[in-house]
Formats: sequence, structure tokens, C-alpha cells
Amino acid sequence: MNLVIASGKGGTGKTTVATSLAVTLARHGQTVAYVDCDVETPNGHLFLKPMVTRERPVEKLVPRVNQETCLLCGLCAAVCRFNAIACLPDQTLVYEELCHGCGGCTRVCPVGAITEAPHPVGVVKVGAAGAIQFVSGTLNVGESTSPPVIRATRQAAPAADWTILDAPPGTACPMMEAVRGSDYVVLVTEPTPFGLHDLRLALEVVKTFDLPCGVVVNRAQPGATEARDLCRQARVRILAEIPDAVAIAKEYSRGQLVVETVPGLREIFDQLCLRLLEEVPKEKCPHEMRQRLEAAIRASSQSPATGPPAAGDPFSTPRLAAPRQREEPTRAASAS
Amino acid sequence: MSDAAFICELVVMSGKGGTGKTSVTASLAVLAGSAVLADCDVDASNLPLVLDPREQRRETFTGGVRARIRREDCTACGQCKALCRFDAIFFDGPGHGRLPHTYRVDSAACEGCGVCHDVCPEHAIDLEPTEGGEWFVSETRFGPLLHARLRPGHGNSGRLVTLVRDQARQVAEAAGRRLILVDGPPGIGCPVIASLTGATRVLAVTEPTPSGEHDLERLLALARHFSIPAWVCVNKHDLNADMTLQIERRAAALGATVTERIPYDPAVTAAQRRGRPVVDVDHGPAAAAIRKLWERVRPFLADPPGPQLDTGRPAG
Amino acid sequence: MKLAISTRGQDVNAPVDLHFGRTRFFRIVDFETGAETLLNNARAANAPQGAGIQTAQTLARLGVQAVLTGGVGPNAWRILQAARIQVFSVRGGSVGQALQSFREGLLRPLTEKQVTYF
Ligand code: SF4
Ligand code: SF4
Ligand code: SF4
Ligand code: SF4
Repeated sequence: MNLVIASGKGGTGKTTVATSLAVTLARHGQTVAYVDCDVETPNGHLFLKPMVTRERPVEKLVPRVNQETCLLCGLCAAVCRFNAIACLPDQTLVYEELCHGCGGCTRVCPVGAITEAPHPVGVVKVGAAGAIQFVSGTLNVGESTSPPVIRATRQAAPAADWTILDAPPGTACPMMEAVRGSDYVVLVTEPTPFGLHDLRLALEVVKTFDLPCGVVVNRAQPGATEARDLCRQARVRILAEIPDAVAIAKEYSRGQLVVETVPGLREIFDQLCLRLLEEVPKEKCPHEMRQRLEAAIRASSQSPATGPPAAGDPFSTPRLAAPRQREEPTRAASAS
Repeated sequence: MSDAAFICELVVMSGKGGTGKTSVTASLAVLAGSAVLADCDVDASNLPLVLDPREQRRETFTGGVRARIRREDCTACGQCKALCRFDAIFFDGPGHGRLPHTYRVDSAACEGCGVCHDVCPEHAIDLEPTEGGEWFVSETRFGPLLHARLRPGHGNSGRLVTLVRDQARQVAEAAGRRLILVDGPPGIGCPVIASLTGATRVLAVTEPTPSGEHDLERLLALARHFSIPAWVCVNKHDLNADMTLQIERRAAALGATVTERIPYDPAVTAAQRRGRPVVDVDHGPAAAAIRKLWERVRPFLADPPGPQLDTGRPAG
Repeated sequence: MKLAISTRGQDVNAPVDLHFGRTRFFRIVDFETGAETLLNNARAANAPQGAGIQTAQTLARLGVQAVLTGGVGPNAWRILQAARIQVFSVRGGSVGQALQSFREGLLRPLTEKQVTYF
């Protein structure tokens, strides 16, 4: 199950949702890979605090000019659509950061003065945070194209029941690169005018991919219905609402995984998992995996020892947009 | 030579989004009074939402080029596919009288490098400009606003950013305005680089969170890469006093100038709901802090920064 | 010696364009022959990226030795350095005025530290 967590802009709590969801699924016995594709500003490691075991550079092939044999004919510079190679009266210069590695210049050089050499554009880190497999990509400062790093990051993800991709914010090429080829998209938004404006744009992009998606409203305000209205119009489901609470903001600012430290959030994320099971394409989510997860969530909510602290719930906001749904008894019977 | 035409371009950046950058930019626009405003977050342009713009001019933006194969001329030799480094060409195009299949370009994957166009022996490949989005010149109560809308999912936001900045500069020159306030895009990738090249100064708005600190470091590294002096302002500083201090120390160590802090204040979101900049409608703690911030940075906006001004705190 | 001035218009009274890479035109003055020509820079100016690089390359290949403009970015700077082209920073005014200041020796060449500044 490839789940992408995206948002029309940054700072909506995308990483909070992605990391908390990863932790929740892992706690319920699912195998989880958290894949941080927000390569310009990767933050997942700050909350999951993984042990990184492997680091691999991401490279692109860039031209290297042999100044001895170069005729200074300028053909390479003329063919490059990205102005990444310049031919001067006495030398030919390459701008690695601007080069897309298309190989056009190498192909046209009449004397074979150009060879191609790998140039690092970023790194992919692989490791583990407890039971969660952790993968994270980072774009090198000054490099301008993140899609190759995103691609490499996705490829490094190990197989798991749930692959949770933390997508780059926005609706441009990096976000599309992360969304492309996933099974389900979770869009995280804030119910502010900025947040909803950006959510609308993100929904448009998801629509172009023809992927199923749902919305998580973060910092939900009691009584504010704009997000619900927008989702109703767009015919997407609100999967969860996370209340606007200073406690969450404070825990987050301390680098804590809010699902583990803020009372009440465990339940919200458990419910989010159940909602996702209803929503994700059936063929991507084996029946057996579905049952295991449902049973584990039910078991944890029934035993107060492992469940969320009952007292001290700081929220006045209703936790979910719609009444919770109960599982059919047939599934419950086969679960334990 | 005269200094008359020096135009300061102050870019407000955030590393990651959602730090209150746009609210700060809008408020600075109110305080500056006579700036030209440019929203370079072309992916998700938010500044217009709080400035009540009246559109005066609208233009389309052609993005980069994308390859397209004219099926009737393709002989299915496969050379284009062999040379495309971006796996953008597939042998599943529609056929014609002589062939059951031709080659096809997936325009979402095509980077427009033109290699296929150059090699095709039949000259069957065109490089076509893509419609990338639109840009606007609008009038607001606080000055002209340049903004743009990238067609969702379209790349090349870097060039659209450059275009918006160029237009803002032209408007500023024509109107004799000396300050351009830029609401920058999030991240550190190509649109951010496009917003920074040639800018005069950076104001980085951040939050006291681990991700805020982490993103700020990357942003300051970039500002340094372009040798642009940077100010750092911690928004919602009272959420975490220790982290605020830590970020400010780190920023100073990275050569930035630490400036005013802004407290957490629900009035900021409330103003956003009303579609107004916070200093325009409120006198609470956040608005007061933004006023102080403006007073601190204002003296530095009249002249180009020299290397000697780039360290230490401003005198004001 | 050949001198290039970035400008937005076609005659000497047009304003200097402070953007190096994305300037529309360069007025090129050849001090030996006294000839003044106009270079259309539209192709580089409209490039999706690397406008400064392409512009600097064009000037280098034309044998220009000095440029009057607002400022240059680090990428273009690298070429101008390699081609030993000096950059003189102008803050505004017309092409004619900039040329006058240059002749009177009022302009100082840009140094590494000022790259990207206007
Ligand atoms: S590989 Fe392509 S992008 Fe890179 S310098 Fe050569 S032609 Fe330009
Ligand atoms: S095409 Fe080859 S020979 Fe010609 S300038 Fe480029 S590197 Fe030199
Ligand atoms: S190179 Fe030209 S003729 Fe050959 S497959 Fe490609 S488009 Fe067709
Ligand atoms: S233009 Fe370049 S990227 Fe696009 S299809 Fe042709 S070879 Fe591939």
C-alpha cells in the first residue's frame, strides 16, 4: 500500500500526520516504511529519530570537457537547452548545478572532448526508527532539480505493508513526482483561508492523476465548517480532524511525536487508520492485512493499559467529522 | 553616477511553509506604504488573499518546451527513445498506414532537453512550448501587486518566479518606488533560487520547532551561497523559548542578523480570515512586534548592502 | 577596447538595465573605431535558466572587455572572470550618462564580494 501524505503548502502538519500515522500503524503490528520525499526540507528524521545505517549519494551525469582536445567550436553550448555549458574564446565551462544530464552536448562534440562523470545532487539515507523502516532523501544546497532525488528516494524504499511517503509541499513538479504512481493520497490542510486555497490547488493535481484521496484537517477549529464545505463540494472525504491545541504545538516544537505524547491523539490516529482501510483501493490492501490491523486497533482501544490516557483530554472539538463506523461482526470474529 | 535608481528587493523566506511568512509580508506592505509587492510563491499564491487586489492586467506564461512526436512522420526507428535520458519516450503511440505503432512522448516526464528532436532522422519531433500558467498585475491599497498562478502540476516555477520579479522591478522603476517586497516560495529548490538570485536582502521567518531550525539552516546556507545578507525573525517564539534561543544562536553563527521576535497571537489567523494584513486591523502583540520589526529593518533598505554591514546586529 | 552596456532601449537615452542576464539589449561601443552597435539579447533573456551564462558567453565571444550593468550573479561572474571582462556597476540613469561616468573614470570595477549585489 503506497500512501502519499501531501499538502498544497508546507507547515500544515504534513510531517506530523505522516510520522504519527507511521508510528500508529507500526504499533498495531503492521510493517511500515516511512519515506521522506520532501527532499528540499526533509524533517521526518527530527521526529522519528532513526538510526541511519546506509547513505548513498544520488548522482547525475554531467559533462567534463577535456580542454586539451576541445576545439572551442561552441557546438555543445549551442545545443544545450539549459545553458549549462558555455564556450568561451579560450575554454569551455560546465555549470553542474544547471545541467540536467541529458547527454546532448556529449553527443554533438565533434572531437569527443566531452566525457560524462557523476556529480552528486543529493543523498538518500536508509535506516530504522524502532520497527519503522526509514528512508529519507536530501537535495544538496544549490542544486535546482529535486525530482531525480525524489525518484532515488522512492526506489530505496523497502517493501512493507504500508509505505508512507511524505511528499514535498506545493503542487509543482516535486510534489507530482512523489504522488505519481502511488495508491492513495492523503492531503493535509489547515482550515485557514491560505490553507483551503492551497488545498483546492492540491485537489486539482490529484485529480489529474486520477488517484483516490482523502483529507486530514489539522488545527481544526470548533465550529469552523469551511474545510468540510470544501471537501463536500469536491466530493472527498475528511479522514480525520486534529484539533487546534497549544499542547500539540508545544510538543511539536520540542521535537516530540505528538501521537505519543499528547493525550487523545492516539484515538484520532487509530480512527484515521480505520478510515483509510475503508478508503484505499481494495486490491492494494490484502484482506488478511486489513483484518490484522482492524483487530489490533480494536484490541488496543479495549485495553486501557495500552490505550490512550483517558483523563486530561484537552480538546473541546469533536474528534471526527462524522460518527465512527463500527466493524461488521463477521470480521471481528475471524480476527483474534 | 547617481543612486536615484537603487531599488531594494527584500525577499521574505521561510524554509518550510506555514511559518507566517505571508502574514508578515502583507503587514510589511502596509507599513512600507509605497512598496511594490511580488508574490513569488507561484505554486500557492497567498498574498492576494489578504490584500484585496483588483486585477489590472493578466498574461499567460509559456513554460519550457516539451517534445511531441508527429505520428505520421515517425518511422519507429527508436533512436529517440534510445537517447532520452528521462525515460519519457514509449513505444506505444498510435500507428498509421505503414506501422502498427509509433513512438510517443510522455510530456509529464519530458524535461525538454531536445536531444530527441536533434537526433530524429525524420525530423518528426517538435519542441512545443507549454502553457505554464498566468501572471497578473493588480492594484492594492498598499501598492501594485505582481502575482502568478502556475498551472497546478506544471514545472518551471523558477522561470515564472523570475518573470514576476522582473515585472515587479519594471513596475517599481516606472512608478519610482524604491522597495520591492517579495513573498518568497517555500523550500530551497529552483523557485527559491530564482527568488534569491540578484535580490538585495533576505528576511527569513521561522518557527521555534526542530523543522523550523533545520529548514532555516538550509535556507541560510543558500543565502550565503548567493552572498545575500539575511535577517532572521522567529515567529510564535513563545511556543518554545529554548528553541527560539537555539535558533537565534544558530542563525547568528551562520552569519545572519537576528531581529525582532513575533509572539503567538490568534489575531494573525483572525486577520487572515477577514482577508486583511494583521497590522491593518489589529494592535495586539503580533502586530506590535511586526511594527518593531519594520522599524528595525527599515533603515537598511535605502542603500545597497556593503560587505561591512553584513555582520552583527543593526544599530537600531 | 570594446565596452558593452546593458540597456532596455535602442538609443543612447534609454535607461541602463540593471539586470545583466535578462537585459533586452547591449549597446556595444568600440573605442578604437568609435563604432556603436546594438546587440539583441532576447534569446538569452528568455531562456528558462542560465540567462546570465549565455549572455556572458556571447559577450566573451564578441571580444568585449568591459561591461556596464547593475550587477552580475555568480554564474555569469565565473565566465566574465575567465574571459577577463571587467564589470562596472551602474546604479541607474541612461546609457549616455553611464558612458560619461565611465569616461570620466567615476566607475569602479566590481569585485568578487559584490557579485549579485545591485
Ligand atoms: S548534459 Fe545536457 S544539460 Fe548538461 S550540459 Fe550537456 S547539454 Fe547541457
Ligand atoms: S563541442 Fe566539443 S570541441 Fe566543441 S566546444 Fe564543446 S567540448 Fe569543445
Ligand atoms: S527518432 Fe523520430 S522516427 Fe525514430 S522513433 Fe523517434 S520519432 Fe520516430
Ligand atoms: S526532449 Fe529530452 S526529455 Fe523530452 S522526450 Fe526528448 S529526449 Fe526525452
